[in-house]
Amino acid sequence: MANWIPLWLHKLGSPPMFYRFAGTLRPWAMAFAVLLGATALYGGLVLAPADYQQGDAYRIIFIHVPSAWMSLFIYAVMAVASIIALVWRLKLAEVVAMESAPIGAAFTFITLVTGSLWGKPMWGTWWTWDARLTSELVLLFLYLGVIGLYHSFEDRRQGARAAAFLAIIGIINVPIVHFSVNWWNTLHQGSTVRILGPSKMSGDMLWPLLTMMGATKLYYIASLFGRVRTDLLAMESGKDWVRQIAEQEARK
Amino acid sequence: MNPTRKRRLTIVLLVIAAAAVAIGLTVFALQQNMNYLLTPSQVQSGEATRYKTFRLGGMVKAGSIQRSSDSLKVTFTVIDAGGAMPVEYIGILPDLFRDNQSVIATGHMDNARFIATEVLAKHDETYMPKELKDAMAKAHEGKQVNEAALQDKPQ
Repeated sequence: MANWIPLWLHKLGSPPMFYRFAGTLRPWAMAFAVLLGATALYGGLVLAPADYQQGDAYRIIFIHVPSAWMSLFIYAVMAVASIIALVWRLKLAEVVAMESAPIGAAFTFITLVTGSLWGKPMWGTWWTWDARLTSELVLLFLYLGVIGLYHSFEDRRQGARAAAFLAIIGIINVPIVHFSVNWWNTLHQGSTVRILGPSKMSGDMLWPLLTMMGATKLYYIASLFGRVRTDLLAMESGKDWVRQIAEQEARK
Repeated sequence: MNPTRKRRLTIVLLVIAAAAVAIGLTVFALQQNMNYLLTPSQVQSGEATRYKTFRLGGMVKAGSIQRSSDSLKVTFTVIDAGGAMPVEYIGILPDLFRDNQSVIATGHMDNARFIATEVLAKHDETYMPKELKDAMAKAHEGKQVNEAALQDKPQ
């Protein structure tokens, strides 16, 4: 064992520990996700002023952009977990990677659909093959590929390993999605919110967007933890700690 | 790190590196075709002669929009920093189409004119309330700053 990793992290990697940890954290994450989400929607749909150029139609940004961020963020999480799963064969990492994929795919799908709905009135088209739109579609196919590959094996650990390889190869698409608007002439506009330098959005529109970003992150945590817990129970169904939980549930 | 893990990590990193190189080369090779649009100055310098149809991107020149009174025919001029191109289009235009708006037109050249089959409006990444925009415009008025400077410029 590498000694630079703190002990609690090692412990957290064990299925029963993570099961309990995730069980405690999940309701809080979900509660704050709903709270922040509702605040962001109120701020974005009611409080924020109309845009000078797009009027009220720009308000779909409060769904579209946080979903797009999540589609990339979850892919990165999935790829990192896949590397850990492939190199260290950590069961928990496999589960996290494989259970992230459907959530990420859902966010990617929402991004594409809301983008399409936004594109029709503003740009004049539902879809066009510019670099940003195409690379985001490729991202959706990568997610679907990972999900499909995982489920096409009889043995789930073998499936996870194969799908993890696809996931880490696909990570190359993530910077392409992000920088596509800078590298090529696209119909899609550049980034509004910037980490380096000032964002190109007035403050009363920006805070609901960032709040929604927090809400989607927390939702991801809550959703992932729920899925991972169920998966751990199924995976370890013969073990003592699972039997104890089953007995507790039966007694209720 | 034990040797097995080290080997696995090396394999994983090699796979990522190989995929990155492969995709990098592909993108590099396709660079010419990956640009979504050409600007008027690019067209005038002859870069569009390879294409039968292509996308023309630029800004609608202020005051150049002329609508036909008895049909959907519209003519306007698309400009960029160093060129201008007259465009002809028959059809319905998107909501954002107006003076100084970035647009992308798909179509072909007919002598010096561009005949568009589709016109899309491109908007920039700036969002602000109308009042703020008006205030900024007022502040700029004295200096006679082109509104184009506030808009997204196609490269």
